[in-house]
Amino acid sequence: MEIEIDIQDIRKLVNTVKAKYAFDFGEYALSSFKRRLVRILDLYKFKDMNELINKVNFDKVFYENFLKEITVNTTEMFRDPSMWKKFRETVVPELAKLSSIRIWHSACSSGEEVYSMAILMKEAGLLEKTKFLASDINEDVIATARSGKYPLRNMPLHSDNYDKSGGTKKLTDYYKTNGDYAYMDLSLIHTTVFKKFDLVLGKQEQKFDVILCRNVLIYFNLPLQDKIIEMFSGTVDTGAFLVVGSKESIAWCKSATKYSTFSFEEKIYRKL
Amino acid sequence: MSNYKAIVIGGSAGSFPLITKILASLPKNYPFPVFLALHRLKHVRTGFVEALSIKSGIPVIEPNDKQQIKPGIAYLAPSNYHMYIEPGNTFSLSTEEMVKFSRPAIDLTFETASNVYRDKLVGVIVSGANTDGANGIAFVKKRGGLTIAQDPQEATISTMPDGAIKATQIDHILKIDDIVKKLIEVAN
Repeated sequence: MEIEIDIQDIRKLVNTVKAKYAFDFGEYALSSFKRRLVRILDLYKFKDMNELINKVNFDKVFYENFLKEITVNTTEMFRDPSMWKKFRETVVPELAKLSSIRIWHSACSSGEEVYSMAILMKEAGLLEKTKFLASDINEDVIATARSGKYPLRNMPLHSDNYDKSGGTKKLTDYYKTNGDYAYMDLSLIHTTVFKKFDLVLGKQEQKFDVILCRNVLIYFNLPLQDKIIEMFSGTVDTGAFLVVGSKESIAWCKSATKYSTFSFEEKIYRKL
Repeated sequence: MSNYKAIVIGGSAGSFPLITKILASLPKNYPFPVFLALHRLKHVRTGFVEALSIKSGIPVIEPNDKQQIKPGIAYLAPSNYHMYIEPGNTFSLSTEEMVKFSRPAIDLTFETASNVYRDKLVGVIVSGANTDGANGIAFVKKRGGLTIAQDPQEATISTMPDGAIKATQIDHILKIDDIVKKLIEVAN
């Protein structure tokens, strides 16, 4: 059985990181944070939490890797196809009225949703007037997103999602295959800017018409979810759309009153 | 006063009729939350809750992240998410790596529930085609909770109850009708 981690160990680690690197994990959701720690202990063959805490404390390079391992980067193209379908059918007609469109993938991970949205906007004939910002706290995943290179074994799932999302072509029209990899058509991201950005500490000066933040808030506790939704509120004008994960809800956040529910089923909100 | 505060049930292949039967037998005022960690088709998000609800004695819902846990409700782990029980009576969800090819993973719901409810938890493993849940029920046992496995001879696919029985000293190995009786008995 795996190494057990108790709450005191977690507090000690959180305090060490806070004191040394001014980064606060204190508002991360406990269960998933604990699981990430178990994973790291296993990955680096630490024998207990003390060993990990010491390593984090005295090895800055290791700490950077630790940060990357803590974040969860599972994603898919057109994950939850019904959301993308709803977006295509109901949000796109609203966006089409704008003279230019700005979309922020606020935790873009390895970029699967960046390509998904670019494909959707291209099929809607809106790609040329849309500017995308794709940001993440982890530079390694941003590099993957920028390269558009994905394992071929994942593509059948992505294709299946694409078809269910109401795609008008075939996903294979948007990538070339070489060996074990799919190479996305990079013209899809010619209006995308990639940037490292920390949702917790970062300040965003730009304004957006759509913010996607899907399956990120689940890793935070409610007070931190509050802060992030509040930060988003400052980066949008009335009528802008906020999309969260299919089982996330902003209903318990203080700033929820600043949004109306555009699609309850698909977790699309609209700024009042 | 009951010694327990929550029920967690895990199953996969062949478990649907069993879960339906269990839920149908629970009274409306059942005093505990019932957590259901069941393997399910990855991209079929809807339909399962409705199917389970038809005969259920208590409401069945798929919780949102950070939703409050209440007694008398069955909570089904949502498609493509792990379902965790957090301190402070809430859920949290996660898209972390699959465990034993499964998301939701039975092991993770059981482990997090046992962290919160300790010896006040009843864990049940029924029919299923892999050993997800074995580590989870071992956690329940270790924290002093009550452990139940479906009798492998009765299970449609016995890999999962067999795995549970191998992983720890299971308190009760029961046929489904007796599991139902037990779940009602622990509430009184």
